[in-house]
Amino acid sequence: MFSGHSLQQILFGRLTLEAIPYHDPILVVTFIGVAIGGLVVLGAITWLGAWGYLWREWFTSIDHKKIGIMYMILGIVMLLRGFADALLMRAQQSVAFGANEGFLPPHHYDQIFTAHGVIMIFFVAMPLVTGFMNYVVPLQIGARDVSFPFLNNFSFWMTASGAILVMMSLFVGEFARTGWLAYPPLSGPAYSPGVGVDYYLWALQIAGVGTTLSGINLVATIVKMRAPGMTMMKIPVFTWTALCTNVLIVATFPVLAATLALLTLDRYVGTNFFSNDLGGNAMMYVNLIWIWGHPEVYILILPAFGIFSEVVSTFSGKRLFGYTSMVYATVCITILSYLVWLHHFFTMGSGASVNSFFGITTMIISIPTGAKIFNWLFTMYRGRIRFELPMMWTIAFMLTFVIGGMTGVLLAVPPADFILHNSLFLVAHFHNVIIGGVVFGMFAGIAYWFPKAFGFKLDPFWGKCSFWFWVIGFYFAFMPLYVLGLMGVTRRLNRFEDPSLQIWFLLAAFGAILIALGIACFLIQIVVSIRDRERLRDTTGDPWGGRTLEWSTSSPPPNYNFAFTPVIHDHDAWYDMKRRGYERPLTGFRPIHMPHNTWAGIVLAGLAMVCGFALIWYIWWLAALSFAAIIATTIAHTFNYDRDYHIPAEEVVRAEEERTRLLGRA
Amino acid sequence: MSEHVKAAATAAEPVDFYVRDEHEHQESSTTLGFWIYLMSDCLIFAVLFATYGVLGRSYAAGPSGADLFDLTLVAVNTAMLLLSSITFGFAMLAMDRNDTRTTQIWLAVTGLFGLAFLGIELYEFSHLIHQGATPQRSAFLSAFFALVGTHGLHVAFGILWLVTLMAQVHQRGLIAANRRRLMCLSMFWHFLDVVWIGVFTFVYLMGVLP
Ligand code: HEM
Ligand SMILES: [Cu+2]
Repeated sequence: MFSGHSLQQILFGRLTLEAIPYHDPILVVTFIGVAIGGLVVLGAITWLGAWGYLWREWFTSIDHKKIGIMYMILGIVMLLRGFADALLMRAQQSVAFGANEGFLPPHHYDQIFTAHGVIMIFFVAMPLVTGFMNYVVPLQIGARDVSFPFLNNFSFWMTASGAILVMMSLFVGEFARTGWLAYPPLSGPAYSPGVGVDYYLWALQIAGVGTTLSGINLVATIVKMRAPGMTMMKIPVFTWTALCTNVLIVATFPVLAATLALLTLDRYVGTNFFSNDLGGNAMMYVNLIWIWGHPEVYILILPAFGIFSEVVSTFSGKRLFGYTSMVYATVCITILSYLVWLHHFFTMGSGASVNSFFGITTMIISIPTGAKIFNWLFTMYRGRIRFELPMMWTIAFMLTFVIGGMTGVLLAVPPADFILHNSLFLVAHFHNVIIGGVVFGMFAGIAYWFPKAFGFKLDPFWGKCSFWFWVIGFYFAFMPLYVLGLMGVTRRLNRFEDPSLQIWFLLAAFGAILIALGIACFLIQIVVSIRDRERLRDTTGDPWGGRTLEWSTSSPPPNYNFAFTPVIHDHDAWYDMKRRGYERPLTGFRPIHMPHNTWAGIVLAGLAMVCGFALIWYIWWLAALSFAAIIATTIAHTFNYDRDYHIPAEEVVRAEEERTRLLGRA
Repeated sequence: MSEHVKAAATAAEPVDFYVRDEHEHQESSTTLGFWIYLMSDCLIFAVLFATYGVLGRSYAAGPSGADLFDLTLVAVNTAMLLLSSITFGFAMLAMDRNDTRTTQIWLAVTGLFGLAFLGIELYEFSHLIHQGATPQRSAFLSAFFALVGTHGLHVAFGILWLVTLMAQVHQRGLIAANRRRLMCLSMFWHFLDVVWIGVFTFVYLMGVLP
């Protein structure tokens, strides 16, 4: 088999120096930027001697709070990358008219929109959502950690490994040019022979393992680890949405994994699942991937709904209106989200009956969603509303999301979709719901829970700057796309013939610049808040007058969360405790049983990344070696039975006395 | 904060909001977690079955199931897997009686049946490939190899896991952690059995129908 191959091919597969895009000035500059930035960060860590600290306290940590924070950091870092791609596209589309080719040739532009979509969905939105669920859920249900803390660490690192693989494709080889769902036959071996689609496949496969495991983990946590008294209908709304989201994750990510695996077989083994000949069926891929894909958008939005629910009731100073209907609406959406996937390809030609069925199910989803909007409105009605940052994001969400929802219902009408399918109208629609829903939700959540995680609030001035830039920027960036879509402009184009369209693209680019300022203000907000942390300090652990259990602990919470497991009598458990005069126990502390940190998660995920890289480049020996190493490490890890320890009672006493002191000061 | 504490005075009946004396070991979530994992794995098989359902008759002028499948061989193979499930059951019964030695013996027998199953499957595959019925030949064969092969891969991992567990039982005996692990593997093993029954019916028996 190797006879015709040179040693170089055996050692490096198809990886050659040609794979480094040193002839592309944009990439070279980016690379220099990233390299300098990376060196500065690494150098700073080394200079501060922080490696040991990072390794011990963060990388190997199985504390759900730290893992949650790491997910958030990953999401925010990747947002910068995904947004840089968006800026490139906006710049290209605002100049490339008529004879002007712009600066991005098609093969580059295609990689950029693919990378943008993949990164934003899998490595921005997913980590942010998972980060919140990790951080908040155990605190809201009065638990000390998740069900499987080690798995939690492993899941995070698998997600991070996938993200690193995507980032690598920027400088070593190329990324897919297929669009974010990599439809065959375009993504098959015949039309995408390079490494781009392989980067896509392995990055998502590795990250997907992490996501599925974290879904299993959180479902088990919510089902099994709730504090006594917390019946299903006393679960806080955010945790309810997290439960539904994780059920969806467990029920859909395996479908994604299998679908991608089949495409992988087509590419690596030469099977004929989705090929044009020998009986393959490309539309099967499209069906399968959307069976995952539609629930995926609910995986992202449901936790955002949960955040808005918490924020609205806290900042209106009222119990959430219609808690029960909120829960049922969430469950309905969860189930319905499984019955609508075909609305993504009405144009496939399944016939009027099938299209009508899926059009109608899609419209039905807007009913529970509408119910939620009314619940939030009625919660605000006659409330004493405080327009703090989280509440501002929530209101912007309600206004923006309703527009996105209405254009969604419009697209659910099959005849209308025949006109709007694959147009910029669609692009405007999904950014409208994703940014107006998920991204605004994430910012609301960050502003809301940041003081819990770090013990000081975020600076409101820069937060408000960020808010206004984002919101106004969003409208400028995407409303023109609705117009363009209605005029028939299709998506994924790097150049246009008709110069009369240009003005709309310029408006959209202006919007993107405003969003860039919004992101900059957000980063400044974080820096300023860290600098002024003494001014922004919160010693009570309950800076907003919260209603759920996470606010009953100190900020940041001790690593065991609760010295005594709380007993729940109401779904606004903490509000109930405050109202009825709980007494914080000051004596009788006991040692607390906690899991040990472990290196296994990061090592296994690192090996998975190496294995993925080797498979992408056909470096078979390395793939085999790293795969064997994964198996061996896993087995070795199972021989370790010493997985937990007790936090001694004295340590608990010390932490709790410190809290008593702080509370006394407040 | 302090105003909340003041509100305390007006509260009606006193309620305790904390569990003061906690019993250590709460119920473990492992079984539930493993069940959920199995269901997610089941979905992978569901996709492969669906794929087979769509492509199972796309022979591309190549061989069909009726041309290829040797039902006797597959029946023997099925027997191997079913027997291995029974012997795993015996191992679990022995575990319940706290009988380490018998547990180990039945586990070993289970592993041997598993190996026999894999051996026969590999033989079948190599035979097919020899005849030119490769996974590349037609969409039907792609779907066939993907479905049956994925099941086979699961069995292979099951065997690896079984050997690991036998070593651990040997090392530490039937301690609680090992019992939990055996329980998980047992669920996994029976799950593969159930999937195989689907494969046998859906792929082989129905495949030889004209
Ligand atoms: C922050 C401002 C953002 C801007 C300015 C922006 C801009 C764009 C542009 C210009 C496109 C390509 C449209 C075309 O095909 O012609 C695009 C596609 C896309 N965007 Fe965004 N985007 C933003 C945020 C997001 C976010 C937050 C997400 C998801 C979490 C997202 C997900 C996607 C997806 C999935 C695609 C489709 C990629 C494809 O065609 O395969 N975007 N975006
Ligand atoms: Cu959809």
